[in-house]
Amino acid sequence: MARRSSTDIHSDAPASAVKDPNPSAAALAIDEDDTGDLIGRTVTINVPRQALYAFWRDLRNLPLFMENIESVQVYDPTRSHWKVKGPVDTIVEWDSVITEDIPGEVIAWSSSDEAEVPNSGRIEFRDASNGRGTQVTVNIVYDPPAGKIGKAFAKLFGREPNIQARQDLRRFKQLMETGEIPTSEITR
Amino acid sequence: MRALTWQGKHDVRVETVPDPQIVNPRDAIIRITSTAICGSDLHLYDHTIPGMKHGDILGHEFMGEVVDVGSGNKKLKVGQRVVVPFVIACGNCFFCRKQQFAACDNSNPADKSDPSELAYGYPMAAAFGYSHLTGGYSGGQAEFARVPYSDIGPIVIPEGIDDDKVLFLSDILPTGWMAALNCDIEPGDVVAVWGCGPVGLFAIQSAFVMGAHRVIAIDHHPRRLQLARSMGAEVLDFEEVKVREALAEMTGGIGPDACIDAVGMESHGMSADNLLDHVKVATFMATDRVHALRQVILATRKGGRISIPGVYGGIADKFPIGALMEKGLQIKSGQTHVQRFMPELLDLILDGKLDTTFLISHRLDLEAAPEGYRNFKEKQNEYTKVVLKPRYTRH
Repeated sequence: MARRSSTDIHSDAPASAVKDPNPSAAALAIDEDDTGDLIGRTVTINVPRQALYAFWRDLRNLPLFMENIESVQVYDPTRSHWKVKGPVDTIVEWDSVITEDIPGEVIAWSSSDEAEVPNSGRIEFRDASNGRGTQVTVNIVYDPPAGKIGKAFAKLFGREPNIQARQDLRRFKQLMETGEIPTSEITR
Repeated sequence: MRALTWQGKHDVRVETVPDPQIVNPRDAIIRITSTAICGSDLHLYDHTIPGMKHGDILGHEFMGEVVDVGSGNKKLKVGQRVVVPFVIACGNCFFCRKQQFAACDNSNPADKSDPSELAYGYPMAAAFGYSHLTGGYSGGQAEFARVPYSDIGPIVIPEGIDDDKVLFLSDILPTGWMAALNCDIEPGDVVAVWGCGPVGLFAIQSAFVMGAHRVIAIDHHPRRLQLARSMGAEVLDFEEVKVREALAEMTGGIGPDACIDAVGMESHGMSADNLLDHVKVATFMATDRVHALRQVILATRKGGRISIPGVYGGIADKFPIGALMEKGLQIKSGQTHVQRFMPELLDLILDGKLDTTFLISHRLDLEAAPEGYRNFKEKQNEYTKVVLKPRYTRH
């Protein structure tokens, strides 16, 4: 199947909006040979981008709004260890490295070479030009292997990776804008 | 606590359920003193709105006393009497800052947002006691309720004001008010209102407050038409007269300047189009019966305005888009931005300019809520509005 990237289209839209069922990860220039799946989503958050960047940059905060992440242990300014819930009480773990860090603008990360499920991501913070806060774009690329681990990884992102990513981003927006994550539960 | 729970189509029961607790910092717990059954609760009772689960606590019109406040709530204090808006809104997002509270971007929990995003293009705001499409929050037909973002929604009521006078600030009064506001009423205007349920009646009252010259009300229940007349409206019984012809004649052939559809998706009538709608809905070729709205579009004068407070949920068949476009009509619609209108409406009530008590027909114990639902649905002529009072047998 012919693959298109955002550089091949005439529209002013991100790669994640391109009508190809298997959009190219090359659009993110993470790895030209990457055959992984791309998940992308933009939300507007009514908070200054420095504050959003700072919250996300402290990776220990991620489990607060990312449903399947058990914990993130920070080794040093660039390296961290991620524990993610898999199916039937399993835990998938890997080391992750910050590959790009522009304060207030961009954070990109990638799993280390030994990871069973190679994955990488990038979050960008841009001022909304119309005074509406910050436009936050998250792109995640992962390369799910076949077999058991592949299933575990699919589970890790929820039944549908895209849905899990967008719900996590929505929780990030809710937490940043309102100070809490809404729930309809009536007891703790 | 005791609470009215949804069990299935035409099956609601008062059951004992766990008391709500403070879950998030901006929550409050309200001990409910009065709560009402809304016409839109009947959509759930009839199960024409999807996304209901067994045991859901219904009710989105309620008020009471603050009995617990979360650590992040700097506004409410224990002991205050408050009316709670049916719309749950965060107050911080793009939409809330524009006072479009019913479009709040945050109140619907992330794991419940996808169905409404799929159906409507964007995730919808949350409401109390309604479908899981709008958050699945427990409602107020109960002894207690957990109120999220309670520093934004509830309005504090001065001492000495009866519940009956202010309870309807929670939904139907602001909904009728916004319905009239959406008509952009000009001096000399004739406004026609389809449906003389609580929202239609409040829309009539609001239209006069906003300067409507005449209001013509349409229904088929004599008692409801009588209430409309008592508000100053001229009335049409659609079982007696040809509504469009009557409206044209009564306006000298011009037609009403603005029309309000306070009926929504379950319109009555035995006309051919409505019978066809019944068939289409029954065979899942459409979800909403829009007989009233078709009539509204054809009846409105050229260049006129249409306001739709009536609830629709899905897809309509045979929508007269040609009449809408060729006549140059404007349509405004939507769930009500309750939080925006509460303060000015409370002032109008306290000044005696708006009366809300006239439509209450029945006051029942919460334990009798199932009977209230049955009668509110089946005896619409007598049951114009049912208010429920919890008994606190367990506290």
